[in-house]
Amino acid sequence: MVKKGRQIVVPGEVVATGNEFLPGDGAYRDGQDVVAGRYGILDIQEKQVRVVPISGAYYPRRGNTIIGTIVDITFNGWLIDFGGAQNAFLPVAEVPRYINRNELREFLDFGETVVVKVWDVKARGIDVSMKMRGFGKIEGGMIIPVNSNKVPRIIGKEGSMIKLIQGATGCEITVGQNGKVWISGKDGDSEIATKKIIEFIAENIVISGLTEKVEKMIKEMGFKTSGIEIIAENTDEGSEE
Amino acid sequence: MGEGIYTKREDGRAFTDVRSMKANVGIVPSADGSASFETGKTKAIAVVRGPRTLHPQHMQNAQTGILRVSYGMMPFSVEDRIRPGPNRRSEEISKVTEWALSSVVDLSGFPNTVVDVFVQIPQADAGTRVAGINAAALALAHAGIPMKEMVSAIGVGKIDKTLVVDLDKFEDSVFHDGEGSTDIPVVVTSRTKEIALLQLDGKISVDEFKQTIEMAKKACDDVLKVQIDALKNMSEVKDE
Repeated sequence: MVKKGRQIVVPGEVVATGNEFLPGDGAYRDGQDVVAGRYGILDIQEKQVRVVPISGAYYPRRGNTIIGTIVDITFNGWLIDFGGAQNAFLPVAEVPRYINRNELREFLDFGETVVVKVWDVKARGIDVSMKMRGFGKIEGGMIIPVNSNKVPRIIGKEGSMIKLIQGATGCEITVGQNGKVWISGKDGDSEIATKKIIEFIAENIVISGLTEKVEKMIKEMGFKTSGIEIIAENTDEGSEE
Repeated sequence: MGEGIYTKREDGRAFTDVRSMKANVGIVPSADGSASFETGKTKAIAVVRGPRTLHPQHMQNAQTGILRVSYGMMPFSVEDRIRPGPNRRSEEISKVTEWALSSVVDLSGFPNTVVDVFVQIPQADAGTRVAGINAAALALAHAGIPMKEMVSAIGVGKIDKTLVVDLDKFEDSVFHDGEGSTDIPVVVTSRTKEIALLQLDGKISVDEFKQTIEMAKKACDDVLKVQIDALKNMSEVKDE
């Protein structure tokens, strides 16, 4: 027996029965049964049974882009607070330029904000890296908090929603999967307009045909949406990794 | 049974009936998880924050995250004002709620962290600790905390010589005639149907006690239905 995928399951719910099923993330085995070990959406691939979270605090996963603040400097790196259970560690070796180990503060000081990539997730904390394009220190612009569970919708399918907003307002948008969005534009007005659009998306996450509504909103604000290539229409399931 | 002086309930319920229940998930947007649970006039709100780093550091456990529950009744929750702040009773309920929930949550993946559960009672009409536990279980699930299963709680007891389910304020603390009233809060896990919490305040015979436990297990199934319904129909996630 196996339940249909893509439905909401609650902890303790038997989602599959039989030895052939393998409990993945968020599921566990008890005798013949595979049981949901957390609240979320059931995801069945082949014989692998997972429960994907739909609410709650942000849990970092390898490959995620996160935005955080420097809270501590050790002898060989920086500690970054990104709103998770533990702080992230950015070693000196993961920075794409030469750093004098005695002068770590010269490159990143307390309270400064960075965009980094999650490199390794361990129970004790996560390691992050800056060694790729698009990562580094944040200067200028604004950071707005959103619910981390809504991030896939803000990004849109293969980044369609972000591209739409960026194309219209001309602002650079970086979305941290930990629920931080960095907006950087040439003037304050376009940044504020972008902020309003993103907040609108976050508030209306369940509306169907969200893309059209966002387009309409952009037009009402006096921006142009034509000429922007949109990959996916209304179904903004989000880029799940 | 049925011989005593308590032959009919004040609100017209059958002796095995629970009060009408209502559950809501996601009531506090800024929290990681939140829920409310109502039984009759009793209302409970639970908010979950975490897992987050635990301070002071000496309380941290390097092997697992810990659960910390804080229960409190709001000053206006009963007719005569309750002095706000911790007291003997609220500390006890915080602890027993923590123990009941600890049997199902698994925080081994989050060492050195804490998951805070705040339970508040805006309106009390007996059975606040079970309403609080029901709300807390919902809020923990909503917060995405790994849980082996859910828990459901109900108060059962004996009034004079009659066994009853889900005592209200009158039955719990006003009724003193005959043999008086006995109050037994029970927490039952959702899948394995094990008892996660059992307290007893009053007098009851062994046979009657066994009967009340069976009644509680049955009532907990009703509670569980309301809880599952609330989780599966949460507006925040329900779409299309």
